Amino acid sequence: MAEKLINLENIHKDYGGKVVLDNINLYVRDKEFVTLLGPSGCGKTTTLRILGGFETPSQGVVYFDGKIINDVPPNKRQINTVFQRYALFTHMNVYDNVAFGLRISKVKESEIKERVQRMLKLVNLPDYADRAVSSLSGGEQQRIAIARALVNHPRVLLLDEPLGALDLKLRQNMQRELKAIQQQVGITFVYVTHDQEEALTMSDTIVVMNKGRIQQIGTPVDIYNEPKNAFVADFIGESNILDGVMNKDYLVTFCGRQFECLDKGFAPDENVDVVVRPEDFELLPPDDERVQMVGTVKSVIFMGVHYEIMVETEHFTWMIQSIYETHVGDRVGLLLTPDDIHIMHKS
Amino acid sequence: MTNKKNGFWGRFLMFLMLFFLYAPIFVLIVFSFNSSKSRSVWTGFTTDWYVKLLHNSAILNALYTTLLVSVLAAIIATIAGTFASIGLYNMRRRWREPLLQVNNIPVINADIITGVSLCILFVFLGRRLGFELGFGTLLIAHVTFNIPYVILSVMPKLRQLDNNLFEAAQDLGCTWMQAFVKVIIPEIMPGIVNGLLMAFTLSVDDFVISYFTAGSVETLSMRIYAMTKKRISPEINAISTILFVTILLLLIIINVREARQEKAAKKRREEFKQ
Amino acid sequence: MKNRRLASLSAYPYVVWMAIFVVIPLVLVVFYAFTNDAGQFTTANFNEMGSYTMVFVRSLVLSAAATAVCLILGYPVAYVLAKESAGVQRIALMLLMLPMWINFLLRTYAWMSILENTGLLNTLFSDIGLIALVNKIGSALSSSYVPIDHFQMINTQGAVILGMVYNYLPFMIMPIHSVIVKIDRATIEAAQDLGADDVTVFRKVIFPLSLPGVLSGITMVFVPSVSTFILSKLLGGGTTMLLGDLIELQFMGGAYNPHLGSAISLIMMIIVMVCMALMNRFGDGEDQAVML
Repeated sequence: MAEKLINLENIHKDYGGKVVLDNINLYVRDKEFVTLLGPSGCGKTTTLRILGGFETPSQGVVYFDGKIINDVPPNKRQINTVFQRYALFTHMNVYDNVAFGLRISKVKESEIKERVQRMLKLVNLPDYADRAVSSLSGGEQQRIAIARALVNHPRVLLLDEPLGALDLKLRQNMQRELKAIQQQVGITFVYVTHDQEEALTMSDTIVVMNKGRIQQIGTPVDIYNEPKNAFVADFIGESNILDGVMNKDYLVTFCGRQFECLDKGFAPDENVDVVVRPEDFELLPPDDERVQMVGTVKSVIFMGVHYEIMVETEHFTWMIQSIYETHVGDRVGLLLTPDDIHIMHKS
Repeated sequence: MTNKKNGFWGRFLMFLMLFFLYAPIFVLIVFSFNSSKSRSVWTGFTTDWYVKLLHNSAILNALYTTLLVSVLAAIIATIAGTFASIGLYNMRRRWREPLLQVNNIPVINADIITGVSLCILFVFLGRRLGFELGFGTLLIAHVTFNIPYVILSVMPKLRQLDNNLFEAAQDLGCTWMQAFVKVIIPEIMPGIVNGLLMAFTLSVDDFVISYFTAGSVETLSMRIYAMTKKRISPEINAISTILFVTILLLLIIINVREARQEKAAKKRREEFKQ
Repeated sequence: MKNRRLASLSAYPYVVWMAIFVVIPLVLVVFYAFTNDAGQFTTANFNEMGSYTMVFVRSLVLSAAATAVCLILGYPVAYVLAKESAGVQRIALMLLMLPMWINFLLRTYAWMSILENTGLLNTLFSDIGLIALVNKIGSALSSSYVPIDHFQMINTQGAVILGMVYNYLPFMIMPIHSVIVKIDRATIEAAQDLGADDVTVFRKVIFPLSLPGVLSGITMVFVPSVSTFILSKLLGGGTTMLLGDLIELQFMGGAYNPHLGSAISLIMMIIVMVCMALMNRFGDGEDQAVML
């Protein structure tokens, strides 16, 4: 078995001149939970559909377990899909929906019965076999769609924004359940979403995409802490992004003063993007000697977990997240450690 | 609309309207059981006229013709219309919209225009190819005016389908044909059945188009027309009653089915919001 | 996608069928309208139509009259119906629709036996002494009065109008009703909030907003009325020849003149298309076609 279960090589896709995917290269390992993350129109769903066999790339090769599958139709791939709106067959009940793929493969009815029951238990709907599809809630339909796909023992499960239609609490529960199912069943999941929190929660690896190109591939921690460019920094979590000049390794100038940082490898005095996460600031009294910048609080919004504070300094207005309450008009001092400052090439 | 409910006069008006609409039909039915030839003076109850109907060979022939053409035309139109709908649904909008407009022409055009234009066509072709107006042309005419209604019945169901249904079937192992037969057709079946029922009803009901295209053959409506010109007997009442009751039943079936489907679809939409 | 294009192929037989049996016949009608028996181009048919202007006028006038009656009768019913609860509305609408589907012929025939000289109404009138009463009054007013034994209701233009109204009234009620029902309650409440009483609310809010439905209704009554041919035969006797009768005569009657018939049909088609275009522009109701 190849280490790279799925390998996309130089994938290019255009629709009559409009480029949708540009130079996509990525691979997925066995038993990995990979998320394709990006805003609408970034190409993540197209990539997924190429994997599923519903689209063919204009250029490039799709490898599955070492073999080229560009021309293999969807019904012959060892891949199953969970669609965004579930696509359940409303003229059949739950049992027949889940059994559908098995029946096409001519599995024996006795075996079908056992596998369907096991799968329904896995998704926590053990008594639902006889129910009509129209009587299910959104979350239940979701789980039946998953059961219907998984019961066929695919090597890879593709999920196209499956949780988009659910409300917040349900979505969070399902995220945990999906992750648990993936680990229990032990197969590869390729997941598409525009919700970065969802991606951070569930994935082993995240592929950030924008405008048909891959922006960054990495673990959730890497992507969050070390975004490679302004887009990723802005898309994942909140960020403050501003202009700076990289004087030399480990030293950057912005907001009219120099800061120590941990990045290197830039040209001397190169113009760069500086990224600082709102939660990385330390708020101090303005006359504290450690203070690097002083500013005035412009707005305070209570967000539950923290306060979102806008602080206007001489050169820049910062977004800061703090668990401490401040008031509009307060003067505050800001402190950053070198670790909190991320430098990236101008995009 | 407004909060105020209807007063007595409002209700009375509606009742009056319904009375106006149904009274003549009611009279028609009642007098089909009249024991005298009069269609306006009640002399007593009898089912003689219905019995007489059974011996009226002209009527029975016309009935047979009507049923045969209606069943055949409905089936053909439904099959053709379903395939056409699927084809239209998969077409680019640029081609689909004008075609749908053309599809609506028989629906919008006055019956007499459809009948006359087909008559001209058949006479024109008939002279050159050597055939006469008869059951064949009647059937063709019926199929032609039925197909648009089937399409109007099936297309909305296709539009309601989840985009991914076909792909889901393929994803689970179906070939193109299997996906079509096992998933798509069953999902749109309510639309297909409604189309079939509507086509059948329209065919049974039709007079004008049949009049112009049936040639030597006679449908039930044409027979009734011929009888009314002579204004003879309450047999007309009898056959009218039978026709009325049949169509009534068909319509009730169609409407109940549609009401139930509406309810189920509504429920599905609400569930989905959760 | 490849499969979609394949799927769209299944529409091609249908397209061919429609071309042969819908488009070509209409083209033939146009062709025949502009030619004579020898196949030469001519406008003689349209000239010949000139001698039938009375028929045209009568058709248009009777249809207009029927439409007006339907409007006067139908609008109040639509308005009243719109105020009922949803369940009642649904049942009422179905009851309104049912007669539509009963054979046109049968419905017209039903009126024959009611309106006949010895029909139901006349028998009723004579039984309650109404006819005798009228005779008395007539004799008293004028010495040359000839007593009648029935009211002449059938074989009159009035009967034809009645037939049209009876057959097409639901087509007036339903579009108006569907538009009124859709009026946002908030609009009416806003008007009331700003000081309008019921009459003003109707005049300034409901009626103007209902006009698209009225236009649809007018079209859906006028178009079939103008093209009918059985009504005039059964209810009007030989006295009222309408456009439809004229056309039928050219094809089925003794004088077989498909050219003239086509010319008249063409004019009728144009009238229908104009009405339809007007309705699409200003009217309301995507489902009108289905209702037809």
